[in-house]
Amino acid sequence: MSILVNKKSRVVVQGITGSEGSFHTTQMIEYGTNIVAGVVPGKGGQNFNGVPIFNTVEEAVKNTKADTSVIFVPPQFAPDAILEAAFAGIKVIVCITEGIPAKDMVKVYDVIKDMNVRLIGPNCPGVISPGEAKVGIMPGFIHKKGKVGIVSRSGTLTYEAVKQLTDLGIGQSTCVGIGGDPVIGSRFIDIIKLFNEDKNTDAIVMIGEIGGTAEEEAAAYIKKYVKKPVIGFIAGRTAPPGRRMGHAGAIISGGKGTAAEKMEAMRKAGIIVVESPAEIGITVKKVLDRIKSNKSQKLSSNKKIKKTIKTVKPKTKSKTKK
Amino acid sequence: MKIHEYQAKEILKKFNVEVPKGKVAFTPEEAVEVAKEIGGDLWVVKAQIHAGGRGKGGGVKLAKSLDEVYEISKQMIGMRLITHQTGPEGKIVQRVLIEEGMNIEKELYVGITLDRSTSKNVVMVSSEGGVEIEKVAAESPEKILKEYVEPSIGLQQFQARKLAFGLGLEGEKFRNAVKFLIGLYKAYEETDASLAEINPLVVTKEGRVLALDAKMNFDDNALYRHPEIVELRDLNEEEPLEIEASKYNLNYIKLDGNVGCMVNGAGLAMATMDIIKLAGGEPANFLDVGGGASAETVENGFKIILSDPNVKAILINIFGGIVRCDRVAQGVIEASRKVNVSVPIVIRLEGTNAKEAADLLRNSGLNFLVANSLKDAAEKVTGLIKN
Repeated sequence: MSILVNKKSRVVVQGITGSEGSFHTTQMIEYGTNIVAGVVPGKGGQNFNGVPIFNTVEEAVKNTKADTSVIFVPPQFAPDAILEAAFAGIKVIVCITEGIPAKDMVKVYDVIKDMNVRLIGPNCPGVISPGEAKVGIMPGFIHKKGKVGIVSRSGTLTYEAVKQLTDLGIGQSTCVGIGGDPVIGSRFIDIIKLFNEDKNTDAIVMIGEIGGTAEEEAAAYIKKYVKKPVIGFIAGRTAPPGRRMGHAGAIISGGKGTAAEKMEAMRKAGIIVVESPAEIGITVKKVLDRIKSNKSQKLSSNKKIKKTIKTVKPKTKSKTKK
Repeated sequence: MKIHEYQAKEILKKFNVEVPKGKVAFTPEEAVEVAKEIGGDLWVVKAQIHAGGRGKGGGVKLAKSLDEVYEISKQMIGMRLITHQTGPEGKIVQRVLIEEGMNIEKELYVGITLDRSTSKNVVMVSSEGGVEIEKVAAESPEKILKEYVEPSIGLQQFQARKLAFGLGLEGEKFRNAVKFLIGLYKAYEETDASLAEINPLVVTKEGRVLALDAKMNFDDNALYRHPEIVELRDLNEEEPLEIEASKYNLNYIKLDGNVGCMVNGAGLAMATMDIIKLAGGEPANFLDVGGGASAETVENGFKIILSDPNVKAILINIFGGIVRCDRVAQGVIEASRKVNVSVPIVIRLEGTNAKEAADLLRNSGLNFLVANSLKDAAEKVTGLIKN
C-alpha cells in the first residue's frame, strides 16, 4: 500500500491549461493517475484531452468526486487556490508552485491547520505511490513499487535517492517531497507519522537539508514513536552560513540549522545517518538485509531478534522515560 | 534581500517607530551638512555596509565637533571595513549614516522573524541588548521573552505590554516601548520582511525608546509587490557574479574552492557540493540551473562559472527527470562550443536516455569526462584537480 495517494485517488488539477499544468497533467495521466477534473476560472465547460474543466474546485468536487488536488497556478494566485481546494472538501492538496511569499503561506497554514485536509508543499515535486498514482512532477519511470517510504525537502535529490534504490531492486511505498519553503503544509513529522502507521512501509528514508529545525523535531519524534528503521541524509554540509542555498528555507542563520547539528540530532535519535549522498541506496539495502536476516533468525530463536534490532536503532531511553 | 541600516530606519519612521535623528551621507562635506541639520554637539558616524559587527571593525565612531564629523567621515568613506560577517576581504564603505548622539540608559534587544516550527511570526525581546542574540540564546535562554503572533489578528497590545513589562520598563518608557513594538511589527508585516532586528533598542535617560541600530531583510518571493523596497537594493554590496547570474535567472553563490559545479535543483546542488568535499575537493560555487537545463541556461552557467578564475575543473550533474538527457547533452555540447570552455569538464547525466546522452558527449570531440554515478563524478573531478 501507500500513503496520501493511491489508485483510488481522484485528482483535480488546478491550473490545468497553463504550460506547466498541461504538460504535467499529460505525464500524470500517462503514469496512470486518475485525473478526473481540471479547474481554470472562466474555462468551465471546456476540456483538456478529455478531462472536463470546471470554473471552481467546488463544482469539480460535486461533479467528479475529486478528493485530491494538484496546484500549478502562479505564486500570486496559489494561496487562494490552496484555500479554494480546502474549502471545497479536498482531502489531499499538493501545491507544486514555487515562489509564494511566506506571509501568504503563514495565513493559509493558519486556516487549514484546523481543517481535515493535508497540504503537501508548496514548492515541492509532489507525491508518488509507485504503480498507483503520481501527483506531481517527478519522473515516474525511476520509481518502483515496494516498501520504503521516502520523505524529502528537495526535488532532484529525491530522484537521485529513488534511482539508487530502484537500481538496487528496492521499491518505494510512497515518495513525498514536502518542499523547500519555510512554511509548508506538512513537515517531516507529519509524513513520518503516516509512514509509521502504514503497514506496507518497512523502512523510512528522510532527506533533509540545512535551515530550520524540522529535522531535529522529526528526530525527537522518531526516537519516541518510530520503531521502523529510518535512514537519513542532510544536504548542505558545505554551505556557508547566511546564504540562501536556492530554497527559501535552506539558510543557516544565527548559527542554527547546520548540517552537522541536524546529523547529530538524527544520530542521537537512532537514525542511520548517511554521510555521502551517493550511499543512500546502499545504506537502505544494508538495513533491509539486516531486517531480513533478523526475521529468518526469528524462526530459530525468538529472543535474539530484538537485541539485533536494538543495535540498529537504540530505543532504550524512550522506554525509561515513560 | 538585504538593505542598509539607514534605509531600514527610513522605513521604520513611516511606521511611527522612533529612530535617532539622522541622514545618510556619501561625502565628508555632506556628512557635515547633515550634522548641522541634526544640531546638538554629539554625533555618531556609522559606516553603511550589509554586515554586522561594524563597531568592532572601526565602522562606528563618536564625533564631538563638526570637524570631527568631517575627519571621521573622510576616513570612513572608502575604507575597507572587515568584520566577522564580511569575510577577510571586507567591504568598501561607500556611505555613512550621521546620527544624533544620545544619553543611553539601557540597551535592549528586539527581533521579529518567522518561527518555522509554528509557522507563526515571533517577537523576541531581551534585556541583554547590544550583544549577539545567539549568544544570549545559547547561554541564558531565559533572558529571551517571546510572543507568537496569531496570523489572523497580528501582534496585540497585551502581547506588547507583556514584552515591555518583561523588559522591566515602567511609566513613559513602558508606554514608548509598547508603541515601538506595535509599530515595528506593523513595519515587518506590511513590508513582507523576513527579519526585523533592533539591536540595540535603547532607552534614554529622557525616557525615549528608539532603534539605535536596525536590520531588515525581506522575503525575495514577495518583492514583486514591493517595488519601493526593490529600489533600495545596493548592488555594491553583492557579489558581481551573483548579480550577473540573477540576470540569467540562475541561482549562483560563489564559494572559495576550485571545482565549479552546475546542477539542476537546489537540494542536489548542495549534495553535489558535499560529495565533492567528501572526495577531497572544494566546491567553487553553488549553481542551480533549474529543472530544464536548456542549452541557453547551460551556456550562461558556463559563463558564470568560468568568470571565477579559481575554477580548475567543472562538474555538471543533471538529473534529467522528465527532460530527456540526450537533449541536455546536446545543450551542453552546443554551449561548450560557443563558450569555449578552457577547463576539463566531468559530466554526469541521469534519467531518460542517459546512455544516448553519454554517447553524444563521448563522440562530440570535446574534452568531456563522462561519469556514471554521483560518486564516480566526484572522484573524477577531484582527480583532475589533484593532477
